[in-house]
Amino acid sequence: MEKALDTKNITQPLDSGDDSTPRQQLQSGATLVKRYSIQEVIGIGGMGSVYRARDLHFPNVVKLVAVKEMINLAPDPLVRQTIVQNFEREANLLATLNHPSIPRIYDYFSEDNRSYLVLEFVHGKDLEAVITDSNGFLPEDQVISWAIQLCDVLAYLHGHKPDPIIFRDMKPSNVMINHNGDVILVDFGIAKTFQSGVRGTMIGTEGYSPPEQYRGEATQLADIYSMGATLHHTLTRRDPRLEPPFSFAERPIRRINTNISVELEAVVNTALQYNPSDRFPGANEMKDALMNVARKTGALTKITSALPVKSGGIKPLWSFKCEDEIRGTPVLYQGSLFTGCYDNNLYALNAADGQFQWKFAADGGIVSRPAVYDGNVYFGSEDHYLHVVSARSGKVVWTYFTEGKVRSSPRIAEGHIFFGSDDQTLHAVNLNTTRAAWKFTAEAPIHSTPFVANELVYFGTEAGMFYSIDFRGEMKWRFQSKRAVTSSPLVVGQAVYFASVDSTLYSLDAKNGWPIWRFRLGKGSVSSPAFADNFVFVGAADGFIYCVDARTAKEVWRFRTDNQVSSSPTIYKDSLYCGSVDGSLYCLEYLSGRLRWKFETKGQITGSPLVFDDIVYIGSTDHHVYALFA
Amino acid sequence: MAEFFRKLFGKDKQEKEKPNAFDAVVTAPLSDQQIDSIISSQNMRYEMQQLVAGSGQSVGKQRDHNEDSLLAFTGTIAGTQSVPFGLYIVADGMGGHQFGEVASNAAVRIMGGYIMRKFHSYLFNLPTQSLQEPLQEVMEAAIREAHRYVQHEAPGSGTTVTATLVLGQQVTVAHVGDSRAYSIYPDGRIEPITRDHSLVKRLEELGHLSKDEVATFPHRNVLIRALGQGEALEADVFTIPFPQPGYIMLCSDGLWGVINEQDMYRAITEAPNLHRACQNLVEAANIAGGPDNISVVIFQLIG
Repeated sequence: MEKALDTKNITQPLDSGDDSTPRQQLQSGATLVKRYSIQEVIGIGGMGSVYRARDLHFPNVVKLVAVKEMINLAPDPLVRQTIVQNFEREANLLATLNHPSIPRIYDYFSEDNRSYLVLEFVHGKDLEAVITDSNGFLPEDQVISWAIQLCDVLAYLHGHKPDPIIFRDMKPSNVMINHNGDVILVDFGIAKTFQSGVRGTMIGTEGYSPPEQYRGEATQLADIYSMGATLHHTLTRRDPRLEPPFSFAERPIRRINTNISVELEAVVNTALQYNPSDRFPGANEMKDALMNVARKTGALTKITSALPVKSGGIKPLWSFKCEDEIRGTPVLYQGSLFTGCYDNNLYALNAADGQFQWKFAADGGIVSRPAVYDGNVYFGSEDHYLHVVSARSGKVVWTYFTEGKVRSSPRIAEGHIFFGSDDQTLHAVNLNTTRAAWKFTAEAPIHSTPFVANELVYFGTEAGMFYSIDFRGEMKWRFQSKRAVTSSPLVVGQAVYFASVDSTLYSLDAKNGWPIWRFRLGKGSVSSPAFADNFVFVGAADGFIYCVDARTAKEVWRFRTDNQVSSSPTIYKDSLYCGSVDGSLYCLEYLSGRLRWKFETKGQITGSPLVFDDIVYIGSTDHHVYALFA
Repeated sequence: MAEFFRKLFGKDKQEKEKPNAFDAVVTAPLSDQQIDSIISSQNMRYEMQQLVAGSGQSVGKQRDHNEDSLLAFTGTIAGTQSVPFGLYIVADGMGGHQFGEVASNAAVRIMGGYIMRKFHSYLFNLPTQSLQEPLQEVMEAAIREAHRYVQHEAPGSGTTVTATLVLGQQVTVAHVGDSRAYSIYPDGRIEPITRDHSLVKRLEELGHLSKDEVATFPHRNVLIRALGQGEALEADVFTIPFPQPGYIMLCSDGLWGVINEQDMYRAITEAPNLHRACQNLVEAANIAGGPDNISVVIFQLIG
């Protein structure tokens, strides 16, 4: 027997094929025991499907029933027999129950290697689908009313004579909400929750099960825990199956959903206590606690306690007014702050007090971040030129012409300056000769700021192509994203990170361009990523600032601003600084995304902050440059 | 005979003097710089980066059949710049009757097949465009496919899976269960790359078990996540740089459950090559009682 099975497994091709639906599913139109006409599949369980069927014994009315199927795939006769026994146990158990929140059972039978249970058909959808399909959080009152009904039915089951019935599988997908908005508990698949293997390895149902279930104990307190887990999932929309077990305490409800009352949170927390003896002693006690919450909160005491945040209180250290919008990012060099402006000027200010030092007039707006090297300031302008002026005096040192507007910020490395232009070319200019060392022609304007690492130059184009060019100007590799890459890349370790207007944050292998992961943003992004502690930070047009784990591509937190975030985050000490088109500069704790303070300007902020020596410098389209204490 | 040679070469005198001469020699301690240069001159250089691997497996001493499965594939993607490519998977099946080995075998083959199909055109054809699907998503899809297969074809069973895809100097890992991946450095550090999805590990993380209690916990074999189990499976998928210099080792609990890290390190570094290292580890686990099936793969990026 053992050997035979062995051979079969080895000689059979182990290919699941393309169809993911079980092969042996009944087709609509099939009739079971000449009575139940199958209409469609309404669910797929671990052991088979659930169908909606019409009972043909009522020819003059359409009587719908749910037919639950269990396919016995087990090759071993002993296992097969156990499965049938479990099934019949469920049927017999259900037949003795009579409660409005438990579906009625009409019939059960077996055919070949399949067993069927015929149940009351519930019009409605399960709670998991309700959670998934809802746009935001469900109202507290609604959840409390369902929770009270669930406590009622649990109390009924736990009070069953002669032996209490432990449901053992309370979870949103087993709770149906019918067309009246009432709760029906489905799937008494008790045998499924606990399976043991030959070598004593046990596997529990993840997510909703209490810790003691792993030890094989299941009392009514286990159902109380799972009830708490179900409520936690419903209130927070965080699926516990995707989180580490028993980690509810790490996701306090009110941190995720501030609309929930302290009282309801306390009830759920009590149900979720690690030690069974710390939970409600029974479903009735939990119901009483929920009733109290409903009475107390009503509509009277809505708790809205967002943390008080410093906003109006922040006074800038200094501010300086230019003649037009500031859309770019400042740079600091030897006590001077250099910032470009839409009034065509590059300003040099004293970083300590904001005193004007000099300005240099180009013939077009300056939207980029200048670069400083060896006493000179380098910046591109919409007048098609790269300008090089003395940092001390603002006098012209040399200029370099391109065929298009220069909106990409220059990057200086290895004796060369690299920048893109609307002439669709990446220019590499030798700082000694002031002539082009080479040019690389792309297929679209380049707004992205090149990044230089590993003797390669990385940048994106407005057509969505991302390039890696070597120091001779030859393409090493390229990667096609679906929309423009305006965001400037960042290389950390062996990966290059950048965002795209196609709503994706990418991580590629910096050496060969293989994509490692992608992270979906709510909308496109022109923001350039920042990096700290193995986290990548980036803003997006959906108004969020995101923190993503660089190893796993999992979201760590997101922070909502009131308009799109084109600004690029800057990390300084344990804070993240980033502007938003809503006009504010935000300071967040970068590990948690918690707001520390925000500073409101009177215009949009599209440039990025510069932090140096505990001072943040930021430009705004309200024409001002501000210096603030970090 | 010796006498004959001594006569023949006439070195009798010199030999007597030599020991004295050596006694008088005092070696100055080497400077750090000298040591570094000696070490670097001993490091063999390889013009092309090489991925090398060894593997080992044993049913152990106390079981009559093997529920572990492993796959080890080492290759190179051709091109102007050859890129090392490797796929290594270890799976430890469990569940009723014969289903444990069905689950682990299926998991390894289906994942391996899925991933190799994705890379087929890069390895054996002239692709027209670069891979659009990120490596982590390829791994996630592969593990989902294996999960569905096991759920359907071997209901009730489950398996651990620890899979690593090496591409260039990046290692993308997909992991479920309590098989493990380690980074092993020449200086003796052994760092786990994966985190066990076991009840005991979880209770330890929550602070409910102390280090001592962990060792004696009665339910050490209880998994809280396994491929083939549960409706939605979430595997840990992440990418790390290849430890250089160093090794990566994948193994089932038949190895890490009975051999401590120092002994692992010794077995690996004392072996002349990776194949021998794997055999040494398997033997050590069997000498320690061999309570479970043993699977191990070690690979290294050199050059």
